[in-house]
Amino acid sequence: MNPINYAQLFQLALPQVIVVVTALIVMAIDLLFLRNRATRTRFAVAAGLASFGCAAAIARILLAPAQANILDGTLIANPLIYLVQIALLALTVFALLIAAESTFTDNVGEFVLLILLATAGMMFLVGSQDLLVIFISLELLSLSLYTLAAFNKRSLQSWEAAIKYYLFGGMSAAFLLFGFSLLYGFSNSTSLPVIAAASHGPALNPFLAIAIVTTAIGLGFKVAAAPFHFWAPDVYQGAPAPTAAFIASGSKIASFFIFFQIMAIGFAGAGGTAAFPQLLRGWIPVLALMTAASMLLGNLVAIRQTSLRRLLAYSAIAHAGYMLLAIVAHTQQSLAALLYYVITYALATLGAFAVISVVETQKGSDRLSHFDGLSRQAPVLSFCLAIFILSLAGIPPLAGFFGKFYLFATVLASTPRAADLLWLVVLAIAMSAVSLYYYLRVLKAMYVTPPAADAKDFRSPILSQVLVAVLAAAVILLGCAPELLLKPILAAIQASGL
Amino acid sequence: MLAWTIYISFLGAAAMLLLPKGSAALARALALLTAVAGFVIALTAFVDHRTGEMLTIARVPWIPSLGIEYHLAADGISLTLVLLTGIIAVTGVLFSWNIEDRTKEFFAFYLLLIGAVYGVFLSYDLFLLFVFYEIVIIPKYFLIAIWGSTRREYGAMKLALYSFIGSAMVLIGLIAAYVVAGAKTTALGDLAHYPFSTHFQMLAFPLVFVGFAVLAGLWPLHTWAPTGHVAAPTAASMLLAGVVMKLGAYGCLRVAMTLFPLGLGQWGFHVLGFGSWRDVFAVLAVIGIVYGAMVALVQRDFKFVIGYSSVSHMGFILLGLMTLNQIGLSGAVVQMVSHGLLAGLLFAVVGRMVYARTHTRELSALGPMNLNKVIPFAAATFVIAAAASMGMPPFSGFVAELMILIGAWHAFPALALCVGIGIVIGVVYIWRAMQKAFFSESSKAPTPPEHPLPPISFPERLGAIILIGSSVLVGIYPQVLLNIVVPALKSPLFEGLRNGSWQ
Repeated sequence: MNPINYAQLFQLALPQVIVVVTALIVMAIDLLFLRNRATRTRFAVAAGLASFGCAAAIARILLAPAQANILDGTLIANPLIYLVQIALLALTVFALLIAAESTFTDNVGEFVLLILLATAGMMFLVGSQDLLVIFISLELLSLSLYTLAAFNKRSLQSWEAAIKYYLFGGMSAAFLLFGFSLLYGFSNSTSLPVIAAASHGPALNPFLAIAIVTTAIGLGFKVAAAPFHFWAPDVYQGAPAPTAAFIASGSKIASFFIFFQIMAIGFAGAGGTAAFPQLLRGWIPVLALMTAASMLLGNLVAIRQTSLRRLLAYSAIAHAGYMLLAIVAHTQQSLAALLYYVITYALATLGAFAVISVVETQKGSDRLSHFDGLSRQAPVLSFCLAIFILSLAGIPPLAGFFGKFYLFATVLASTPRAADLLWLVVLAIAMSAVSLYYYLRVLKAMYVTPPAADAKDFRSPILSQVLVAVLAAAVILLGCAPELLLKPILAAIQASGL
Repeated sequence: MLAWTIYISFLGAAAMLLLPKGSAALARALALLTAVAGFVIALTAFVDHRTGEMLTIARVPWIPSLGIEYHLAADGISLTLVLLTGIIAVTGVLFSWNIEDRTKEFFAFYLLLIGAVYGVFLSYDLFLLFVFYEIVIIPKYFLIAIWGSTRREYGAMKLALYSFIGSAMVLIGLIAAYVVAGAKTTALGDLAHYPFSTHFQMLAFPLVFVGFAVLAGLWPLHTWAPTGHVAAPTAASMLLAGVVMKLGAYGCLRVAMTLFPLGLGQWGFHVLGFGSWRDVFAVLAVIGIVYGAMVALVQRDFKFVIGYSSVSHMGFILLGLMTLNQIGLSGAVVQMVSHGLLAGLLFAVVGRMVYARTHTRELSALGPMNLNKVIPFAAATFVIAAAASMGMPPFSGFVAELMILIGAWHAFPALALCVGIGIVIGVVYIWRAMQKAFFSESSKAPTPPEHPLPPISFPERLGAIILIGSSVLVGIYPQVLLNIVVPALKSPLFEGLRNGSWQ
């Protein structure tokens, strides 16, 4: 074994180090100098500083790109991972900016600290192919998120959300760890490629089968795929808006990326097939069933929701189903499709939560009826929310449409016989037709229903308007010119030789 | 230049949002200006382009990684329909002159819809075509849900969901074709010449055809049409019946039939007497003709009569497509134009001239109002439109239906007879509606309406005259369309169709 070169390790982890140091600085400044200021000021300063730190980390990645693989994949640097990390940092900035207007807690420093720690966890998570590091960084991410979900101490719902999230999360972590320990047991290694080599064989090792199932359960929980989705509606509804936005965007990207890596690299030899009706043993049929369940459950239950946040939660479950399709296909192209989809999805969801956050502070809750006639009270916000919702529904020319088209095309192209995964693609497209119904209900409330008679004046903060408009512009731009994002993704995948 | 029909409509829609609050008159003027500009561009192109073959308008790489191009092109068929869209757009604005509530937004959605419709007719790249095809759905929904009447939210949602389910079917077929052909291109011409296996075409053809035909009112998937038409405000009904239903028929011809011509061939076995998808769809089209006419016969709501008549007339188009001979296919294109003009006119009379004044569409309530005396212009217009809709010369409906009937006679003699019955019922239902609404000889003394009805305004007269004039022009001199439609049908794009099952 080569001696560890700590200097190189530090160099590669520098972006993460920048994020963590920023977190500490923000905390210190908040506690030392801003204790007695108004909450709004403290949030603005903390979010500003933290965004600055994230920007510095992005700059570091852009200016000093490296390609390295330390200690058999413990820490990896390549263009693809950098691209994902940049996306994560950028989304963190947006989540922080949503928080900049909020007043839900007095512990501002701690809140921003936890968001940044979660970001550091995500960055380590995507940059590793080692089970141990994956598990530790996943826990760093999860523990931060549990706490973030509970941050609105004045709201019982926030407590409930955090407890549910924590209990389910702890259980899923146990499953994941159990699966990982089995993998280590029969391959004597924690490195994904080595595990893949050990798992090659004509018959499926029973330990491997258990490991596949438990790992899929653990990761399925992280991405809120049915039937491991129970936490999602409560967390989406109860957690403070910036937290919910963060969970729904950044953490989704990181989890899906690592899900893809573990399945496509770690279980490379134990795929099986999902060609209906001969589902063969392996991880693919497991995921195919999760996909189908998520699409069905998410879309059908979303129809009945009266709270916009819960509606988004069920739509998130449905979208998790679509995105799992890309993992089922596990080709280079489908990885590109997955990244395009999850990044644009994260932008749209972030934007939606930014609007919800404003409406909630003005009207008290996120009930759909509170959006009645919003287009006349806040035209900019409503227009942007309409863009986000339509993008989620997959209406062209918005980013969500191209994401779906590309995703489904790559899934069909992934098997030699296009018909193998056709049943899943047909189900996905049929379900996205169903989804238009509940998305249109949101638009109907905003544009068709007149505002309530006793509607008060509606104040749209400038910062929120700008933030939301930027996100909406990004969604439109990426829909009209998908090549802007697609080309870097494809180039990065090529360069990383995945 | 022709591409500017799309851009100018979208720009008009965007400009609409920037107008100051409460400037309804300005919004109307801007909408009219935009629609007229689009029409002039379409007309210039129509006059200039006399050969009918495919003409590339714009072609730039769009998503090179996937082989998708921003490729606009027009041949005789698309030019004809672009011109129709121009006419309907202008008259639709004229008949919406009375919109007072949220005028800006109304015309913004209206122009967005028009721009997307132009886009569908001009797209050569299938991905692009699908993008425009789906953009149509959202403004349609809002136009009906916000400015509509009877059960508008239900009608709008039903329409949106039907459209979206139809386009989901199309999307599955397109993605499958794209992937099977090697995922290198989405250009219509390239895919049309790709040798898909017969098995694949047999599966993909009905999927894509039905997906588009949902919007063309194929029985039994037509139910969105009457409720949607009835709920919609006048201009939206005109657009729906006039051009949006044509999008479906156009998609059937341009996409489903050119991509998968072998799907029209014989199955090699018979189920219930059907030997191919062609038989199935021809029979469904004829059922649509007869069923639409019979249901229109018993309606009490004036607008439902017209709504079901649309289903009946759209059946002619689908039947024309299934004849697969040149006269039937070109007849279908002429019928697209003819029905676009006439349905627009009928909806304008019912929705704008009558309903906006009397606030009722019950035939029994309209009768006692003596409308032929009160608003004679409306009565006269309706008589002309009714005559045209029955298929009387010298209107466009006559030529179109005659061509389709001749085509059908060659292809399916038995069905042609059923169509004859449908035409007879068509005469009856429109006559009945005309009689009950305008010329009811009530035994009681005429009950004057509570408020004197406002006279027919100038924009309405102008719109009606434009529509009638165009219909007469097509009826007297159909060569104006056929000169470019027939060469387009002979172009290489339809080669597969000609080689496969053309008679």
